[in-house]
Amino acid sequence: MTEPLVFELGQPGRLSGAQVPREDVEISLPDAMLRKSAPLLPEISELDAVRHYTRLSQRNFSIDTQFYPLGSCTMKYNPRACNSLAMLPGFLHRHPLADEASSQGFLECMFELQEMLASLTGMTAFSLTPMAGAQGELAGVAMIRAYHLDRGDAGRTEILVPDAAHGTNPATATMCGCTVRELPTQSDGDLEIDALRALVGPQTAGIMLTNPSTLGVFERRIQDVAEIVHGAGGLLYYDGANLNAILGKAFPGDMGFDVIHINLHKTFSTPHGGGGPGSGVVGVGERLEPFLPTPIVTRRDDRFHWVDGADRPKSIGRLSAFMGNAGVLLRAYVYMRLLGWEGMGRVADYSTLNANYLMRELEKTGFDLAFPNRRASHEFVVTLKKQAKENNVTAMDFAKALLDYGFHAPTTYFPLLVPECLLIEPTETESKETLDRFIRAMAEILAEAQVNPGRVKEAPIRTPVRRLDDVRAARHLDVRYQPRDASADL
Amino acid sequence: MPFIPHTQGDTDSMLRAIGVNDIDELFDEIPGSLRCAGLHGIPEALSEGGVSRLMRRRAKQDEVELNFLGAGAYEHHIPAAVWELTTRGEFYSAYTPYQAEASQGTLQVIYEYQTMMASLTGLEVSNASLYDGASALAEAILMAVRANRGSHSKCILLPRSLHPHYHAVVRTITSSQGIEIIDLPYDRNSGRTDLDALGRYADGDITALVIPQPNIFGVLEDVDALSDWALDHGALGIAVVNPMALGLLSPPGNWGREGVHIACGEGQPLGVPLSSGGAYFGFLTCKEGLVRQLPGRLVGRTLDADGQTGFTLTLQAREQHIRRSRATSNICTNQGLMVTAATIFMSLLGPEGLRRIATLCHARTELLAEAAAAIDGVEIVFPVPRFHEVVIRLPVPVNGVLERMRESGVLGGVCLRPWYSDLGNTLLVCATETKTEEDIETYASVLRAAIEASGEGL
Amino acid sequence: MNRVPNELKYTKDHEWVREDDDGTLVIGITDHAQRSLGDLVFVELPEVEDTVVSGDACAVVESVKAASDVYCPLSGIVSEVNTALVDAPELVNSDPYGEGWLFRLRPNSPTELEELLADEDYASVIAELDD
Repeated sequence: MTEPLVFELGQPGRLSGAQVPREDVEISLPDAMLRKSAPLLPEISELDAVRHYTRLSQRNFSIDTQFYPLGSCTMKYNPRACNSLAMLPGFLHRHPLADEASSQGFLECMFELQEMLASLTGMTAFSLTPMAGAQGELAGVAMIRAYHLDRGDAGRTEILVPDAAHGTNPATATMCGCTVRELPTQSDGDLEIDALRALVGPQTAGIMLTNPSTLGVFERRIQDVAEIVHGAGGLLYYDGANLNAILGKAFPGDMGFDVIHINLHKTFSTPHGGGGPGSGVVGVGERLEPFLPTPIVTRRDDRFHWVDGADRPKSIGRLSAFMGNAGVLLRAYVYMRLLGWEGMGRVADYSTLNANYLMRELEKTGFDLAFPNRRASHEFVVTLKKQAKENNVTAMDFAKALLDYGFHAPTTYFPLLVPECLLIEPTETESKETLDRFIRAMAEILAEAQVNPGRVKEAPIRTPVRRLDDVRAARHLDVRYQPRDASADL
Repeated sequence: MPFIPHTQGDTDSMLRAIGVNDIDELFDEIPGSLRCAGLHGIPEALSEGGVSRLMRRRAKQDEVELNFLGAGAYEHHIPAAVWELTTRGEFYSAYTPYQAEASQGTLQVIYEYQTMMASLTGLEVSNASLYDGASALAEAILMAVRANRGSHSKCILLPRSLHPHYHAVVRTITSSQGIEIIDLPYDRNSGRTDLDALGRYADGDITALVIPQPNIFGVLEDVDALSDWALDHGALGIAVVNPMALGLLSPPGNWGREGVHIACGEGQPLGVPLSSGGAYFGFLTCKEGLVRQLPGRLVGRTLDADGQTGFTLTLQAREQHIRRSRATSNICTNQGLMVTAATIFMSLLGPEGLRRIATLCHARTELLAEAAAAIDGVEIVFPVPRFHEVVIRLPVPVNGVLERMRESGVLGGVCLRPWYSDLGNTLLVCATETKTEEDIETYASVLRAAIEASGEGL
Repeated sequence: MNRVPNELKYTKDHEWVREDDDGTLVIGITDHAQRSLGDLVFVELPEVEDTVVSGDACAVVESVKAASDVYCPLSGIVSEVNTALVDAPELVNSDPYGEGWLFRLRPNSPTELEELLADEDYASVIAELDD
């Protein structure tokens, strides 16, 4: 069953009367400046629109409807209070350039958010402006570059990145004009320290690390890593993708990190929204404080102020037209106030408990773990190399089969280091019963893969569509509806 | 425990299954010297009721009666259905549609969005959106540098009549990539990009020319001439447009003889609330031939195993999770939720609704300009065609006037002095369709009173 | 099984080279390479008259899930590219050693050819990978 495109629902001349202004005034702009033909937009009633988009929403998996153990994405429950309180009229209608006198309520929230984030991570100061994790990374590496240049050390252009890292790390380093050097990982999941020693030097700008790593384990020799990189004159960048696993247990600042970004849409439970908006706030130690992106919020005489431009001469500058994803920041602020210090500490406790429980139970069921002798952080890696070889059932097949059980699939084929892998992150907001149902589903798929691999390879059959032809999508690019030859080539 | 469902019994049986005595043992791989003692900087938890009281009080503090601010963020009426639908959990709490079979809702919304944005801008391909208008321009510039094979200079002409914050963001994002940004002056009489100044670059190698429409002053640029200049000089044209204005104005794909190659801008006017500057979304569209240089997500229509139509992310090999250090950009997500809102917004308004709103915005601003000009000592700085913002010059310093206006419940405009000190005591004012004729009368009388009071204080 | 024709030369990065009678060299990717990439959806070719240096990334082959650089096996000047691949990248999958060729090169120094792998050496390279 397909849902028609919204363009196929309308009739020429149909208006959604309540929304369209009644007035149709005369204006006197030169004719050459005006649009000659109407844009291709739907002409439908409000009821048509409401039904269409409600039906489309029902063609999605989401946290609100399914268990969503997507590794490295921290798909935990997004409390509804965070949404409704961020959408209070005073916040919703506040113009970004409103003067400080009529912005004290908002600025106070932002100031306290900066302070709370600093104390949660052991950093000195925060800027809230990066609009996503990748932009936080960009800000972080740009600050590292600016720091070296400010000291007159222009030769530091290499960024070290573990081979297990998220793709944004090397992509960011390149965007910042740096060269990427890849660091190998040992079979136990820790970095190869000797390789690191060999790679650092006067050309090293810094290292980008996620800890716990994308392999679902804590980098045990992080203090050695910090000593080696700092000893060579480089700085340490903390990718906060996995902060959920150590919240209240250890501070990145204590590990020796000079700069950190946090994905508020992961650890601080702001909604993922079908792929954004996120927020990639950045924190720094003292050395990098002057370079923070602007604007930031300060307090003077119990009033809150923006600091920008001339007051921050060494800043790397602006990353967004205004101050970043303010609505996301408000949601994270509400979340923190709801949890308090005690609740924050429990996030790591229970996300780690859930991950280790799930990992050991799946191991007992017959799944191979990528790092069987390690503790799981808040996530862990299963490898289906054996199943792929013996039954020709791949990690992707398992992922698709899970959809038929009503579970979102774990992250597949990431980290790239582990063949046929699933990266599984249950989060702290899931109950034991949900985890047990997931374990039973995984066990059933495993059994099916042995006796009837064809069935697993056919999955999914219960989703709105079956497996899609990606090759066709890329070879015969169809990225917009064109009325005349709409279905000619389909 | 907020949002954690475990009973003591659950926890105990899970610990037994793992084979540890307590939860703390699960953290035994973290060196002891790194374990922190607690979270002293975080206040005690509040109940939902407690947080609600706190947030209501703070939000209340920031409410204003009438807001005439623009400069990149615009107040429009948003139909109730837009956010009722957008915040449905199935949209709100889903992630990037990597598992296409479990994400057909989000994917189809994006496909519809791509269609609407391509058509609105008069170009062929739209990506699934970027973070905001300013960062979309930075990405458009990087894209032009990759796409313009005939140019080797990496020189970009950026008009001073473009939003100064956009200038700043472009510099932050492109500064370490060897790109040279050249400021193009504006004509003091018209507020438009100075076409004579362009002549200076006629013999040079220019990679791209950025063309704002409308520009920061609300003024409509001579986009046909600018677009043709780019075409004639081997530069790619990059339009920075207000999508609401495109309900009325000629789309970038039709500018000049052949249109521009790339269009981008701030999507906020299409159903996204002001909310302090974000989350908004940036849009980016281009001619078909440039699709492989397009950064960000892209959704394509294809068939499933049963031959049914379905949607999936496509051309992913351009992206960071595959290309890593050689990706077109480091961007990972789009602004999915905002795009959902914009798609529903455009569906509810349709072509006629968008045209009427744009027309009404223009008419209201004309009315406001007239009312302001009738005040003694106030003048319109650029007497040329504009969209929905106008620059007015006051006979007294602007900040004092704005303060007095605020005391009467009116945010009177954006003071241009920090950005354009050469323009003197000028104020950028915006009136959208949300402002009635009565509101505009209020504006004029509050402005008049504030000017008079400021004059007396001198 | 992966085909490794014996009249061609190879690199360990899975490119093949054929010397034509006029002294120009035709370059493509091997059967093994196209199999491990899967269905190709795009091929980015060098431009005619480009000067290329041995070991440089000079083309890109893309499948849905991977993008892979093609490294130039020898130095020289590109004299022709296989424009058929623009619309039909699948030719690399269906006929990697024939219609799926990528580009033609006028080599600077034909002796570089002798440094490349012979068919049996390349066959043992891929045999090792399959283990």
